[in-house]
Amino acid sequence: MSDTFQLDGASVPFEPGQTVMQAALAAGHYIPHLCYHPEFKPHGSCKLCTVKVGGRTAASCTMPAEVGLNVESNIEEMNGLRRTLVQMLFAEGNHFCPSCEKSGNCMLQALGYDLEVHTAGFRHLYPDRPVDASHPDILLDFNRCILCELCVRASSEVDGKNVFALSGRGITKHLIVNAESGLLKDTDIALTDKAMQVCPVGVILPKRVGFSVPIGKRRYDQRPISAQALDDAPRQADASGSCAACEGTP
Amino acid sequence: MTDKKDNLETAAHPEKLRRVAIDPVSRVEGHGKVTLLLDENDRVHQVRLHIVEFRGFEKFIQGRPFWEAPVMVQRLCGICPVSHHIAASKAMDMIVGSQLTPTAEKVRRLMHYGQILQSHALHFFHLCSPDLLFGFDSDVAKRNIVGIAAAYPEIAKQGVLLRKYGQEVIRVTAGKRIHGTGSIPGGVNKNVSVEERDYLLKDIGQMIEWSRASVGIARQLFEQNLDLYNSFGRFKAHTLNLVRADGALDLYHGGLRARDLNGNTLFDHYDYSHYWDVIFEDVKPWSYMKFPFLRSLGPETGWYRVGPLSRVTQCDFIPSPLAEEQRKVFMAFNGGSATGATLGFHWARMIEMLHAAEVIQELLHDPDLQGNDLVNIGKRQARGVGVIEAPRGTLIHHYKVDEHDQITRCNLIVSTTHNNQAMNEAIRQVARQYIDGRKLTEGLLNHIEVAIRAFDPCLSCATHALGKMPLEVELLDAEGGRVDVLARASDGTFCSPG
Repeated sequence: MSDTFQLDGASVPFEPGQTVMQAALAAGHYIPHLCYHPEFKPHGSCKLCTVKVGGRTAASCTMPAEVGLNVESNIEEMNGLRRTLVQMLFAEGNHFCPSCEKSGNCMLQALGYDLEVHTAGFRHLYPDRPVDASHPDILLDFNRCILCELCVRASSEVDGKNVFALSGRGITKHLIVNAESGLLKDTDIALTDKAMQVCPVGVILPKRVGFSVPIGKRRYDQRPISAQALDDAPRQADASGSCAACEGTP
Repeated sequence: MTDKKDNLETAAHPEKLRRVAIDPVSRVEGHGKVTLLLDENDRVHQVRLHIVEFRGFEKFIQGRPFWEAPVMVQRLCGICPVSHHIAASKAMDMIVGSQLTPTAEKVRRLMHYGQILQSHALHFFHLCSPDLLFGFDSDVAKRNIVGIAAAYPEIAKQGVLLRKYGQEVIRVTAGKRIHGTGSIPGGVNKNVSVEERDYLLKDIGQMIEWSRASVGIARQLFEQNLDLYNSFGRFKAHTLNLVRADGALDLYHGGLRARDLNGNTLFDHYDYSHYWDVIFEDVKPWSYMKFPFLRSLGPETGWYRVGPLSRVTQCDFIPSPLAEEQRKVFMAFNGGSATGATLGFHWARMIEMLHAAEVIQELLHDPDLQGNDLVNIGKRQARGVGVIEAPRGTLIHHYKVDEHDQITRCNLIVSTTHNNQAMNEAIRQVARQYIDGRKLTEGLLNHIEVAIRAFDPCLSCATHALGKMPLEVELLDAEGGRVDVLARASDGTFCSPG
């Protein structure tokens, strides 16, 4: 019999070495997240997965599961903090969902809907982030970057190419391309790279795909992101290298 | 400056005149105002339609990937976004070198005619019927759609349901009633399923019947108020519109036809991908909206009228039987007097709504709608021009795209922009007819708005005079009286117009 901890009153089994997030998803319990991905080492930067454990807050993607933990996630206090975090992410970048081709497949947008983020909450910073369209097949729209570093990790750990990195500190932190010119055309990135598949928002896009998937057929058109917890549960890469969580994220 | 009393555009000595503003102009899309300058005897010296908002889509689309344009630029408007969606898509078809598949073209046509139906219904029933059915100077408290619903519940119901049907056609083809994504460069992203087709077929017979009745209402209004409807804001104008290769009315595709105010053809079946050889745009310091004109006639006299009145009167025939029958009645009515009347717009608009309903019915019976060949991509081009006949008139989208797929240039000549000078002419004519020398009342001022509404302007779509933005700052005293005014002209100079 597996060890268990309590999550919002439900008993969640876990294996030694699993984090609270990993055990929760495997058991079909959704905890909101953006920078977490099952194929990569937990990062703990977006803080969307923050839960309350014994009166203290912790990122569930980095917190080891332990017997007897009493984890509170889907409570107004935590969801209120998540709402604020999502508002800050929207305010920090230039997220124009109405004309974004990732609309309907975007985790940030889906979280916004799911957490009922109805207002901007903060003054928009409108950062100046030019688009990198230099690559013949791939577009980089830095306007939408949320600094989750999934592309950095994927390119480094899976693709072995180190195409991306973060530069700067604090509010000036931003995604860069590891090339002398700073342009994507001067890297060896390819459409088949893992880095192309992991962006939760609309930064790394294959060119000329655009709005080819009709409204109603996009990933989050049918069911909210929270209701797709079971789809996300087996977030383990299969033999072909794909994972359920990446479906619908062209 | 000479006193242009006759054309009423610019008064010679505005500082001595009393200023009256209709602000905002109501029951139109977007934000605009009308200013009148009157002397102590209530004689009118200047009348201008101003657009008080600025949109700037032509600028901020620059740098964006070309496939984003059809979805982004449609946000110009909430009433006829499909027009921009399709015009941009047609331009992008040229960019990607596409020859549309039959399914793609027919799905787009269905989307567009759904748009025509809903927009015309919205305009006639929601925005204009209060003026037309109650009277231009009727009780202002009742002169709205709620008043219509109380006095004419059946007409109001038909108007609401006609619009709803058009919106459903758009939802089925574009994915959403407003701001869908169905049309993409080189084609469409979905077909029309058998279930969706049957859903729309269920009510199309009723829509055609109600559209026929709507044409009847417009005709009756003319018959019952012949003198008023014939003369109200009447002026002669050149015309511009698309026509099909055989001269038929076609709102999705065709060549440009321009005729002068005497009916002589200036050009016909002109390839719109070189529109700039025949059309140019002028800028005036007092408006965000540009003033297009026919190059061959020049900026002073080359302005023209677009929209339902131009299309219905200048096409050779309408390729659907019921609407063609009504077109013939319209053209022959009272010796053809309605074809040049500003209020003739309403009658022509209802004929087009009937035509749209007939086209929708015909398309719904076409099995190509269920085809799966949705996109065709050919040889890449650097420049694309898309032109359609939007509900309000000819709509031109023009883009340049670089080798990195980014848009480098965008020019939009929107239906309402084409009609800019024509609308100004109409309100100046109304000012001469009804305002000049009389004590102003709300009812009299509404006559000005009635003339503007006849064009069904979309003011928010039409304001893109970037880099030439005129600006006027007024200093008012505690009672709202003007103390001082400073204006920046389109050339960047400042002046105090008084």
